Amino acid sequence: MPDNGWIWTLEQRIASDTGEGREVVSRILAALAAADWAEHDIFAVHLAMEEALVNAIKHGNHRDPSKTVEVTCRISKDRVQVQVTDEGAGFDPTLVPDPTDEENLEIPSGRGLMLMRCYMTSVQFNARGNQVSMEKLRTPPNGNGKATDE
Amino acid sequence: MPVHRRVEVSEIGDVTVVRFVDRKILDTANIQELGDELFALVENDNRKSLLLNFSRVEFLSSAALNKLILLDRAVKKHGGRLKLCNLRPEIQEVFVITRLNQMFSIYDEEAEALASF
Repeated sequence: MPDNGWIWTLEQRIASDTGEGREVVSRILAALAAADWAEHDIFAVHLAMEEALVNAIKHGNHRDPSKTVEVTCRISKDRVQVQVTDEGAGFDPTLVPDPTDEENLEIPSGRGLMLMRCYMTSVQFNARGNQVSMEKLRTPPNGNGKATDE
Repeated sequence: MPVHRRVEVSEIGDVTVVRFVDRKILDTANIQELGDELFALVENDNRKSLLLNFSRVEFLSSAALNKLILLDRAVKKHGGRLKLCNLRPEIQEVFVITRLNQMFSIYDEEAEALASF
């Protein structure tokens, strides 16, 4: 495996249980803090991971105790990559309506996906739609927390 | 008087001020319980002016946002008003990104929010 400067990696299979999901997230957040990532970046990864895991456990695996969720994570000094894979049938992310459209603003769903996209630098799904790969680049020291800002 | 586990409720004038107990609003069971307690204020206790003080809240998920949207719907149905105050900058940003800042009346300080009812 080529050296990409990863200083922390994790590969873990968890039950379809949000409590277990949160333990994995806590480990990842602790690793980011240990690698001196800024609080607003850690908040962003926390939010995106919370949404990705709830999607996988609740909507993907439908909390089926016989199904698991696979979480992989790599952290370097300047980037974090996370992949969450469930055993569900998958979904088509292009069919999720934009919750910020005027007519959808009061509909209580669809915000998890948009938060993931806003807070991470990139969010991609596999063709089946049961695996999300997210990456966040560390915000430069003079940045304001938005990965797109210069 | 109903027992509240997820919120602290006080009356200031005609306004019911609700403070969240949890620093992180994300666990499904907690959000359900939180929702039940908030909905009871509107539907059982018939409180018309509701102010949610977020000063303790450091983190919330889309599931919590969804619950707030449903609460707003219930408050409006009962002819009441729901307002929010004391959001930390990172929580405020979540509302801005989701454009829910346009749907909810959000105030920096509790006193300012109370005066607006």
